[in-house]
Amino acid sequence: MIFSYEIPLLLLLLITAAGAILVKDLISAVLLLGSYSFFLALVWAGLGAVDVAFVEAVVGAGLGTVLFLLTLFGTAPKDTRLRRPPPSALTLIIFPLLGVLLLYAANDLPEFGDPNSPASVHISPTYLEQSYQDTLTPNVVTSVLMDYRSLDTMVETVVIFASGIACALLLRRHS
Amino acid sequence: MIRPHESVIVQALGYFIIPMVQIFGLYVLFFGQYGPGGGFVGGVILGTGMILSVLIFGHDASQSQIIKKVLHCDGVGLLIYAGVGGLCMIGGGEFLNYTNLEIPGLETASRRSLGIVLTQIGVAVDVAVTAVSIVFSLSAEEIIEDSING
Repeated sequence: MIFSYEIPLLLLLLITAAGAILVKDLISAVLLLGSYSFFLALVWAGLGAVDVAFVEAVVGAGLGTVLFLLTLFGTAPKDTRLRRPPPSALTLIIFPLLGVLLLYAANDLPEFGDPNSPASVHISPTYLEQSYQDTLTPNVVTSVLMDYRSLDTMVETVVIFASGIACALLLRRHS
Repeated sequence: MIRPHESVIVQALGYFIIPMVQIFGLYVLFFGQYGPGGGFVGGVILGTGMILSVLIFGHDASQSQIIKKVLHCDGVGLLIYAGVGGLCMIGGGEFLNYTNLEIPGLETASRRSLGIVLTQIGVAVDVAVTAVSIVFSLSAEEIIEDSING
């Protein structure tokens, strides 16, 4: 089910995504990518996934834009303009076909908010019912991330730590 | 090497906005159990406040010296997270099973709630330090010299 206020948001998503790819100047592309993340956050907030929307707004539109801009300012200014060859005929055939195929497959997905969909009959009712008694945490997302699936979150933290170490090792050359 | 911004307006707004951003980050971090938010977002907001301070006041300002000291905490967040898991094992249970945290006078549910708070602090410290560390890596003086010299 698609709500009416989502149609302009999805159109803006398409426009900003296409603009980020097609624009010639890299700084404009970075800023368009930031606005894309912001519209995506609005879509997720409209669908009820407020935690995901929060992360998308903060990381995609905030931190990611800053990191991209710092990378651009760290490189020489002659690198920030792009010359792209036009897409080949094979690309123009294959990608619309792929899009049609994905839309055809999307017919089989369950309806939005369907209580009988596979995702909401397996273990999530248990989490929703037991979360407050088990952990005294009203936000089920937090209790799933930090308590029921705590080991996964720890390994994600390891990934973030490793990315910071890798950036420091690659970019700080003192010799 | 980031130089301080010349504009008085930007500097004055920085003095006003950066504490607000940090307080909002702490609010998001500790409100994550009752509403949207949590360790990851709170850590990113805390880190973004520090990045904003570096971008406005430059690398040599006194605030940036404090932030450079923050970089020594790389890995402390992960240590907090894994340490909570280790405390659970010392208490006689599985790794990261917060019911085995040996704290007298707390119910099982309260122990799990406390474990969630501690691990969220760990994630927030890890993410904030990593964000600041990546920014310092990207804006190091050596990169710009390399790109000029070819």
